Amino acid sequence: MDAAFIIETIVKIVVIMLIFSALAGFGTYFERKVLAFMQRRLGPMHVGPYGLLQIMADGIKLFTKEDIVPQNVVKPIFKIAPVITAATAFMAAAAIPFWPQFTVMGYTVHPIVADINVGILYVLGVMAIGLYGPLLGGMASANKWSLISAARSAAIFISYEVITGLSLLAPLMMVGSLSLIDINNYQAGGITNWIVWSQPVAFILFWIAAFAETGRTPFHLVANDHEIIDGFGTEYSGMRWGLFFIGEYANMFFISFVMAIIFLGGFGDGTIAGAVQLILKVAFFFFFFLWTRAAWPDVRPDQLMWLCWKVLMPIAVLNVIVTGIVMMF
Amino acid sequence: MFEAIAFYLFAALTIVMFTITVMTSQALYALTAMAAGMIFISAFFFILGADFLGAIQIIVYTGAVMALYAFGMMFFDTTRNVVEKRTNPQIVFILGTLAAIMVVAIVVAPIVSNNIQALYPIQEGVGNSQAVGMVLFTKYLVPFEVAAVMLLVAMIAGIVLAGKKMDKSLTLMAEEEIEMMHASTETHQERGEH
Repeated sequence: MDAAFIIETIVKIVVIMLIFSALAGFGTYFERKVLAFMQRRLGPMHVGPYGLLQIMADGIKLFTKEDIVPQNVVKPIFKIAPVITAATAFMAAAAIPFWPQFTVMGYTVHPIVADINVGILYVLGVMAIGLYGPLLGGMASANKWSLISAARSAAIFISYEVITGLSLLAPLMMVGSLSLIDINNYQAGGITNWIVWSQPVAFILFWIAAFAETGRTPFHLVANDHEIIDGFGTEYSGMRWGLFFIGEYANMFFISFVMAIIFLGGFGDGTIAGAVQLILKVAFFFFFFLWTRAAWPDVRPDQLMWLCWKVLMPIAVLNVIVTGIVMMF
Repeated sequence: MFEAIAFYLFAALTIVMFTITVMTSQALYALTAMAAGMIFISAFFFILGADFLGAIQIIVYTGAVMALYAFGMMFFDTTRNVVEKRTNPQIVFILGTLAAIMVVAIVVAPIVSNNIQALYPIQEGVGNSQAVGMVLFTKYLVPFEVAAVMLLVAMIAGIVLAGKKMDKSLTLMAEEEIEMMHASTETHQERGEH
């Protein structure tokens, strides 16, 4: 381990942190704009041109708001819960290849912090830790809405972990490696080699589960405004609430990257065109999260569990078995 | 040098976390510290180059501790301290000390007597998950299959135990139907008493 490696890793970590924290801010702006246009409104318009500086205004508001810690909460747990959400979202990003390797002034840069050979397992595992944020925040809040939200988050995340794992099993059997770079190189031959053509069922299942993992709208039961106020976030204010927000949006971007790399070919053969394509695919998945929020209502908790255990899980198991049989003969 | 720093850092963190788990009387502290300790243990696997086991450690134990949280939610008011009944602290102390000494003896004995042999040497050019797969499907095939059968038995037992009235859903029934269902169960109970 030489000094260059350490400096490179630190620079990569800082760059990823900065880019995705900023993107989380822009994400809120895009979300408000997209939702507004789909509902024939204008969205944020007053701060800056087309409301672009709204992000700054929101940031200043979050940072300068009073940080209220209510009286009956379990204080250390209450304080650490938002940090868990934000920190695990960024920790998961360590094994995601964001870009093909490129050369700057004779120095080859690999835009991945840690190329461990079980990349996808690590990413999904650490994203799964992120659910401790809503769970602990809800249980420590001494508030009934928060407690309901915590119970829901435990149920939803445990259930949909099963779908994520089983749906990924089939593509991983085909590739024979858990490394996201290997999965990407398996599809390097172009659009016909994308795993989505040979594993469409797994792709749809993983996509549905991604909505549950990030807690986005059809499955937004952990903080469903019209039933349980803001769920685990009810008692939070200021930057602690902001950290929950950053974690949620960073998670949306990272799961979009994972979906684009596993199913839609990632950055392809590693040229500039492939890299631009990867960004476009991620942008599409992010846009789809917002589109669904504008178009669909939330489902009920029992419908969510029914969907998971009685529909998606049998399909996922069948998909694994069929893939195994096809690969054997 | 980095490995040493990382090892001592995570060793200290793990010990602190599990100490909190044992010593605290607040259910939320205990569960959170336990989850953190389990995740810090995965660092040792990563330091040793066993990436696969490290990732599995994170996935399995977050799920397992989550289930404990669910129980915590059902049985305790997690914002209050749990009042423990300590009838005989001496026995607890003696048994705890003995158990700790025994665990240390079990781990240290083969190292002291130089009786450890690596039966499965590291194969060159084989990834982490492949290496686990090879051992699992050769040496440990029978325990692996037995574990699978046991899990299947547990799953079927769980379905049988919890599966009563699973075809009925209270959220899908009309008010009157629920009323009728309650009324019929009450009459059944009355008949049982007489």
